[in-house]
Amino acid sequence: MLLLEGIRKSYREPNGARLPVLDVPRFAIGECEQVVLLGRSGCGKTTLLHVIAGITRADAGKIKFDGRDVGRFSEAGLDRYRAAKIGYVFQTFNLLPAFNALENVLLGMTFVRGLKDPERARRLLDRVGLAHRWHHKPSAMSVGEQQRVAVARALANRPRLLLADEPTANVDPANQQNIIDLIRATCDEDRIALLMVTHSNEVAEQFSRRERLDEINQIAQAHGGAA
Amino acid sequence: MSLWRIALRSIQHRLFPSLLTMISMALGVTLVVVVLSVHGVMQESFTSNASLGYNMIVGAKGGKLQLTLNTVYYLSSPVENIPYEYYLEFLTADQRDREITTAVRVEAEAIRQAMAGFDLLGSPAVGLAPASLLGGMIAEQALERGAARHLDRGRPGKFAIYTEFALPVCLGDYLGNFRVVGTVPELFERLRYGEDSEKKYAFKAGRNFQRHSEDHGYFEAVLGSTVARELKLKVGDPIAPAHGSVDGHKHAQQFTVVGILAPTGTPNDRAAFINMEGFYLMEEHAEPVPTKTESEKSADGDPATADGGASVEPPVAAEQPFVLPRAESSSIPLPLEQRKVTSLLVLSKQRGALSLQYLVGKGKDAQAIFPLQEILSLFTFIVTPLQRALLFLTAMICVVSGTSILVSIYNSMSERKREIAVIRALGAGRSTVMTIILLESIILAIGGGLIGWTLGHSLNAAASGQIEEYTGVSLGFFDLAPGLKMGDLFEMASTSGVWEWKISPEVVVLPALILLAIGSGFLPALSAYRTDVSRSLGS
Ligand SMILES: Nc1ncnc2c1ncn2[C@@H]1O[C@H](COP(=O)(O)OP(=O)(O)O)[C@@H](O)[C@H]1O
Ligand SMILES: [Mg+2]
Repeated sequence: MLLLEGIRKSYREPNGARLPVLDVPRFAIGECEQVVLLGRSGCGKTTLLHVIAGITRADAGKIKFDGRDVGRFSEAGLDRYRAAKIGYVFQTFNLLPAFNALENVLLGMTFVRGLKDPERARRLLDRVGLAHRWHHKPSAMSVGEQQRVAVARALANRPRLLLADEPTANVDPANQQNIIDLIRATCDEDRIALLMVTHSNEVAEQFSRRERLDEINQIAQAHGGAA
Repeated sequence: MSLWRIALRSIQHRLFPSLLTMISMALGVTLVVVVLSVHGVMQESFTSNASLGYNMIVGAKGGKLQLTLNTVYYLSSPVENIPYEYYLEFLTADQRDREITTAVRVEAEAIRQAMAGFDLLGSPAVGLAPASLLGGMIAEQALERGAARHLDRGRPGKFAIYTEFALPVCLGDYLGNFRVVGTVPELFERLRYGEDSEKKYAFKAGRNFQRHSEDHGYFEAVLGSTVARELKLKVGDPIAPAHGSVDGHKHAQQFTVVGILAPTGTPNDRAAFINMEGFYLMEEHAEPVPTKTESEKSADGDPATADGGASVEPPVAAEQPFVLPRAESSSIPLPLEQRKVTSLLVLSKQRGALSLQYLVGKGKDAQAIFPLQEILSLFTFIVTPLQRALLFLTAMICVVSGTSILVSIYNSMSERKREIAVIRALGAGRSTVMTIILLESIILAIGGGLIGWTLGHSLNAAASGQIEEYTGVSLGFFDLAPGLKMGDLFEMASTSGVWEWKISPEVVVLPALILLAIGSGFLPALSAYRTDVSRSLGS
């Protein structure tokens, strides 16, 4: 379903030098597959997710999603792709403070053309166990609850691929497993492929397919070799 | 969720700064509404007062504008007076004779009475003829003299053929803060007011004053509606004008209010009208009798000789007239030569205006002016720059309100970068987030605009009583600022077509202001458009 080939990405540092972050010769995720991606901090995990989500463009390489070349999408095409195909769970939740839980979930489907399903938003809130809290603003919720709302929002647009960037890094330990279970179970039920980034081995061990970014990313290897 | 709802939520979330922005916008719009209303009311009141019911003012030589302000608006510092003869020269032969004969007869009768008084007291000098006899003799003499003084009795006034009517006006006294106008009862019959000079003066209570009445003699007064209301006076009340200025000493002579005018929206609402005959009888209103040399001097400027010295007279003017010792509250009208008037309101015959101006101006004392011209030039030289300044102020207000919206939204942008990035990560395009920010400024601008409009018009409505009273322009809550011609608004030469349409400047300025405010949302909207999503997500 998703295939990366020869993806390179570098950032320009303030002093003008190029900082290479990604050089991924090949990486693929199958239909409904759940993959965990391990890597130490700063090795380019978030950057990889951004590239996959079309939030940022790779410098070189090919991204194929359902056979279509994402790298050649126009700007508006990328927006539509992100809106319709991708769900994204952020490490810092990124709920919008001006909106209540239900509205935050609704925002997940607002930008998909032709999708307007408030009932689904309520069902999703119900599924993450927060139906009764629908009118609460993020500031009135615990971090665990916030991340559950964020998961519901990421699923609101019926994505084909859910990207989860260290979804439990900022959640208290008691809730971490809950969140992982919730994400994995809903992806299973809705037949959504999952790419979850983590640096926790405990989390990684629950996945049948585990990838280390150091191994698929040649730059990380180079760095790792040096270290 | 609609983009409107998203924008509204963002505003609600930043309620306090949003409110501040709206209030600043609202105050801006309020000021604009008020400025435009003041502007429009000024214009409208000037144009509607431009139909005075007369077309010329005759008054002392000197400042034309001052004469106009005094006579039309009862404003500005008082002007010099002109001799009563000028008034007589505007009258027909009949009217003029009547004035002169009445005056002479009344004078003789007064002398006779005064001398009779000495009889009753007992004649101090035995052997002399009784004083009444003496009085009779003097009176006859006076009559003769009077007749001699006005040898040219029986002729029409020199300006009469050019004149529809002339109404004398004597200014100088005050009732409270209001001007007292000494005049003749015909004023309210001859003058019309309203935009097309179609309305007749009407009495809300009582009647017009009379030249001489059974009940009050020469001392009747009629009050403008505002004067009556503010001084709480009604028909039957006595009033005592103050001499010379607002805080001048009160005349001992009292007048009785016999009528109160219905509101007219003209400056006459703010004047107290008294019988001119009574006015002359108050102390210090008689002119000192001219000495020989003075009267000779003034003979040059006498309107009777003004037309190039064609008439050969007056030979008798050189003689000292008899001066009667006058007591306060005298019931004897003032002799004509001791009278002066401040101005004459003249309606000229169709083609008589320029002749009148020329003939009157030839004399030494007086000039005939066209008040409309003065009002118009006042308007162009003072009011128009003032209005420009007001409009400039309006423009500044617009800029300030616009800027405040800009600053408010822009300030929130740095903390909102992340929110915008999240919305973009959820699939919103650049133009979508830009639209959201623009919608916010639209909501702030229109919301502030509506509040400001309501506030401004509430102020107008609250002041409408006063405005109507001072200017005659009515301005209710739902009335837009009085209209200007399109041509005036855009400084275009007013020729024809669209430039003649009258529209309220509010219709142009307020939407422009709102557009400006919305436009100022473009900068932050652009910054939203440019947000680097990847960098701003921060995770
Ligand atoms: N916008 C950016 N500009 C410059 N350098 C960046 C930018 N984003 C990330 N980096 C750098 O790229 C590297 C990889 O970052 P990231 O993908 O966030 O790593 P991870 O998510 O694995 O911690 C880091 O060294 C980081 O400092
Ligand atoms: Mg990261």
